[in-house]
Amino acid sequence: MKSLAELEEIRKKTLEEIKLRTAKGGMRIVVGMATCGIAAGARPVMNAFIEELKKRNLSDVSVTMTGCIGVCRLEPIVEVINPDGSKVTYVKMTPDKAKRVVAEHIVNGRICADLTIGAAEQQ
Amino acid sequence: MKELSSHFLDIIENSLKACASTISLSICAHIDKNLLEAVIEDDGIGMDAETLQKVSDPFYTSRKTRKIGLGIPLFREACLASGGTFEIHSELGKGTRIRACFEISHVDRLPLGNMGETVVAVVCNVHFKRLIITLSNSLERFVLDTDQIKKIIEPVEISNPEVLCWLKQYVDENVNKIFGGVLDEITG
Repeated sequence: MKSLAELEEIRKKTLEEIKLRTAKGGMRIVVGMATCGIAAGARPVMNAFIEELKKRNLSDVSVTMTGCIGVCRLEPIVEVINPDGSKVTYVKMTPDKAKRVVAEHIVNGRICADLTIGAAEQQ
Repeated sequence: MKELSSHFLDIIENSLKACASTISLSICAHIDKNLLEAVIEDDGIGMDAETLQKVSDPFYTSRKTRKIGLGIPLFREACLASGGTFEIHSELGKGTRIRACFEISHVDRLPLGNMGETVVAVVCNVHFKRLIITLSNSLERFVLDTDQIKKIIEPVEISNPEVLCWLKQYVDENVNKIFGGVLDEITG
């Protein structure tokens, strides 16, 4: 069973890791989580991002949720915002695609072009 | 929506948009009455009587990105489909309270679903401040207050992935403990 006592361990461990922060810091992942997003499966997508970030120790990348972006038919929608403010919009996301975005875009800086809204609109 | 927990997330998001600083979600299984009761309460900006009348209408929404709002109508339908009841009360400047009841053994009652994911998603909202969750059956009770967690982990943020993964498991384990064997879908 998980207990509140474990949180103290997590706190200590995290504070030590903060000293080792990487250049990935400041990246933000924003998941659309209005009625349309939730119904399309945004919640497991968000969870996949969080688990993948934890696995890779990327504690300085933030995951947040937002409301409806306005293109409900392409949900679940995820925006990855770079530290310079530039933004990539990924559409029709799944937990597996989320893992790919972390590996390719967040870690290696290569945008997953085939998953972007631009690619979806060309079809 | 396939799960009650998805509806809870959707409704709580309304609370967050209404600038609530404390949101409480309490889920109670009244086994003797075959009733699952969920109450979502916030201290947000609330609604006036006129707005309150419109919220169950799918063609009403306060947002500007699209013209329909299905959150409350869908949740209400899910309650009524399972032989339950749905009530919403709100007062301008004070907050909103939704009480939804479901017949536990009704064939159309949605499963509770993944509560851990719902809690994590709420905590990740930029407007999130405090969530108090109470899970209970006739004998046992579990309470989680995110302020208590924030206090323990300070200065680490609650949105830290490590903390979120712990939080998800902590919630799921306690859902199993309280509702295992009580709700058919949870073996405990």
